[in-house]
Amino acid sequence: MSQSENWVQQLPQNIIIGLEQGSVYSLIALGYTLVYGVLQLINFAHSEVFMAGGFGSYLVVNGIVGHRHMTGVMVPLTVLCGVLSGALTGAAIAWLLEKVAYKTLRRSGAPKLAFLISAIGASLFLSNLAGKLFNRLPNNAFPTYFDINHQLFKIGNAKVTLIEVIIVGSAVVMMIFLDRLVNRTKLGRGIRAVAEDAPTAALMGIDIDKTISRTFVIGGALAGAAGFMFGTAFGVSNLMGFTPGVKAFAAAVLGGIGNIRGAMIGGLILGQAEVLIAALPFVGAQWNDVISFVVLVLILLVRPTGILGERLGRAA
Amino acid sequence: MTESIDLSKGQETPTSPAVSSSSTLLNVDDIEVRYGTIRALKGVSFHVNEGEIVALLGANGAGKTTTQKTVSGMLRPSLGAITYDGKRIDGIPAHELIRLGICHVPEGRHVFPRMTVHENLEMGAFRFKKIDQTDLDNVLEMFPRLKERYKQLGGTLSGGEQQMLAIGRALMGKPRLLLLDEPSMGLAPLVVAQIFEILRDINNSGVTVLLVEQNAAQALGLADRGYVLETGEIVLEGTGSDLLADDRIRAAYLGEEIAAS
Repeated sequence: MSQSENWVQQLPQNIIIGLEQGSVYSLIALGYTLVYGVLQLINFAHSEVFMAGGFGSYLVVNGIVGHRHMTGVMVPLTVLCGVLSGALTGAAIAWLLEKVAYKTLRRSGAPKLAFLISAIGASLFLSNLAGKLFNRLPNNAFPTYFDINHQLFKIGNAKVTLIEVIIVGSAVVMMIFLDRLVNRTKLGRGIRAVAEDAPTAALMGIDIDKTISRTFVIGGALAGAAGFMFGTAFGVSNLMGFTPGVKAFAAAVLGGIGNIRGAMIGGLILGQAEVLIAALPFVGAQWNDVISFVVLVLILLVRPTGILGERLGRAA
Repeated sequence: MTESIDLSKGQETPTSPAVSSSSTLLNVDDIEVRYGTIRALKGVSFHVNEGEIVALLGANGAGKTTTQKTVSGMLRPSLGAITYDGKRIDGIPAHELIRLGICHVPEGRHVFPRMTVHENLEMGAFRFKKIDQTDLDNVLEMFPRLKERYKQLGGTLSGGEQQMLAIGRALMGKPRLLLLDEPSMGLAPLVVAQIFEILRDINNSGVTVLLVEQNAAQALGLADRGYVLETGEIVLEGTGSDLLADDRIRAAYLGEEIAAS
């Protein structure tokens, strides 16, 4: 059997794996894009919000599971607690990050470059703080309270496992929720107004500071939940944020930075590209990172504003 | 510095900060505004009575927009006081001032380009829990063009339509004091006339208007009183008709040649 036939045969399975990875990228990418929308600023400490969500949920799930043997309804409940505690930790850290690293600079009218430096500093601080508080092991595995690789069903010859369903399922739910929130609620309209034209939004009675803070919280919750999912599949560590963070940033740019649906699509495309291209003959998983950025560069060459274009931002 | 035009009608001298009759809605007292080290306003004083239309005139860079932005809370004065409805408001941020009924239509309209006409109007009523259907009906009646463009994105409207949308959006916030910055900018004369007509109607419905304009003839035709700003200071003031008749105004802003005096 030639290698290309092999690739075709593995395609369905790889698409499912790509979807799982892409969902995590999308959730993180949304945080970059939301914050970029309201501040025209890349929050480079966002990857550490994701890491914090991983650790927060790790502690909670460890606490719940302990040495008990989990059965029945307790398993999905624990998963739910994991998602929620990840989201809460992420939201709290993002809120704090905005207060400490950004709001103070905004108040003093600092130039954009200062925000970037502040973000990098906050990122290093948070990842080292986590290393000091917990440990610097490359991965702390979640307790095994369910078989993550349990095969739920098959599509053709492709296996679909429990963890894949949990990750993709909760990502889809959260993205639909976010889309509704931004397009249908008053909070969402406030965020869009600040993103389109902040001074005018203030004239409408919108508190820009509060809106920015809430935007960080929403983005942080999504990244924190993603931290739990990623951690459940691969374990958590104080350095876990870096690679997914950079790739999610690439995904956000790919879809069109500032564009919410763009971040979702960008994440999914990047997830697929990584898996499918790595499975090609003579390529391999070690090329993953190269692939992500080659895809990014190629798409930006053709469409400099990303696939869907900058939309929330003040580009109009 | 301030020169008062001889007021044949025997009105009080309006710039004196001490004047604060019961009908004074807005009193700006000797404010100074700085952009870094540059003093954009060097002690500006004026007042607006309830129910009036007051025009701020002047060339580019005179400080008209800065004055208006300071009143609406977008800028903070470094010196001086602003009193609205008997309360000090200088230093209160814009998003809180709108609750007192100060609605600002900024220079260049600034409609939300990616929101529909309907959403833009909703944004104007953001400070309320729900939008007031009567207000919405009134705005759409006032500007039938907005009704035709209801589902269109703000950014796709023509300049005149955007100006109408910006004014309509401000009206959704139930203004008591409406600040308008250059509503005639870049618009065809017919559209300008239409918009000034509507401003008269808005004023007749009881809204006090503070208008910034470069189009002195239009503005003074509409305004009860006017002030002329030059490089951050008020240099001239008077009723609309007096200012229109003033030689210096005719020379500087209406482009008329006058014999050297």
